[in-house]
Amino acid sequence: MQRAATCPRCGATLHSRKPNSIARTWALVLAAFVFYIPANVLPITHTTSLGAVQSDTIMSGVIYFIHSGSWPVALVIFIASIFVPILKLLILTGLLISVQRRSQWRPVDRTRLYGLTEAIGRWSMLDIYVVTILVALVHLGALANIEAGAGAIFFAAVVVITMLAAENFDPRLIWDGTENSNDGAT
Amino acid sequence: MKTAHLIACHECDLIHQLGAVPPGGSARCVRCGAALYRPKRDSINRTLALTLAGLILYIIANTFPFLAFKIGSQIRETTLTTGIFQLYQQGMGPIATLVLLTVVVVPAVHLVSMLYILVPLQSNRMPRYLARVFRMIILLKPWGMLEVFLLGILVSVVKLAKMATIVPGISLFAFLILIFVQAAMTVTLDSHLIWQHIDDHR
Repeated sequence: MQRAATCPRCGATLHSRKPNSIARTWALVLAAFVFYIPANVLPITHTTSLGAVQSDTIMSGVIYFIHSGSWPVALVIFIASIFVPILKLLILTGLLISVQRRSQWRPVDRTRLYGLTEAIGRWSMLDIYVVTILVALVHLGALANIEAGAGAIFFAAVVVITMLAAENFDPRLIWDGTENSNDGAT
Repeated sequence: MKTAHLIACHECDLIHQLGAVPPGGSARCVRCGAALYRPKRDSINRTLALTLAGLILYIIANTFPFLAFKIGSQIRETTLTTGIFQLYQQGMGPIATLVLLTVVVVPAVHLVSMLYILVPLQSNRMPRYLARVFRMIILLKPWGMLEVFLLGILVSVVKLAKMATIVPGISLFAFLILIFVQAAMTVTLDSHLIWQHIDDHR
């Protein structure tokens, strides 16, 4: 096999499947699982208000919104920051295992699941942007001040790593498992 | 020019022979259902118009006041990049960089490189490094996250509404329209047409 074949039209390096897709995706998925823990346990903001300091994690932010009656906002943050990252990691794990076992199970639905992880991942950046905006606006010295916490760094890492994981996974691998035993594709 | 085209599905790699697709229609993969090709009407002119509008809006969004925060007599006015500076000063360099890239740098690179491609193509000339620039645009696309940032603004405003008054600035409105313009650009851009230009000019 030739090593660096390039596309005659656009000059990109050709590969029939993304290189090392399974190994790279596994590495990124496992790293994201590890970072997911401090992202949720450590505070993402420290709020100073008239001398009193309060630290919030992602979940305590959600609970704050439920108590203050804005449950739609609570739901949005819960879905974007807690549910989507873990759902994405579980889907990618499932896809990796199914591809490695050359599973024949519902390839169309598995391809759709992959499309879903690609589409929803970016929305997890929500909390990072909320922190950015809060930090910008609430900067009134002793009266009120918000600073970002260490959890925010881990959370940002989870978002970036899961996006890279989804990009490194090659959905065509799902179909490779189905092709050998039946060539009924038209 | 256009011959019987072979096209491989990006999702499942099945090869199709692509016939003529009417503008506004779309070709889908028979096996997994992913979109193969959607021809667009007047793609280059429309996308170029939107790109120019986007650049103007981008400049407004990044120069004028974005949001102001008022408690009693105390007012704090911010621009789009204030939060990024604050994060950096608090020792949150990685987050500041990530926000800078996804909200400021990637959208700017996207708009400028679209302009670089579309202006020559509009008068039927070949921009240099067309393939490389267009590949970079496709690669960068998921990392521009203006619409997520907008949702972030909404959540922050709800969060702070009880504490203080939030005053929207001109730049917020420009930012809002920019998101729609960017979405429209994705709809009008016919990427197959761009790749075809490389073939035609050989």
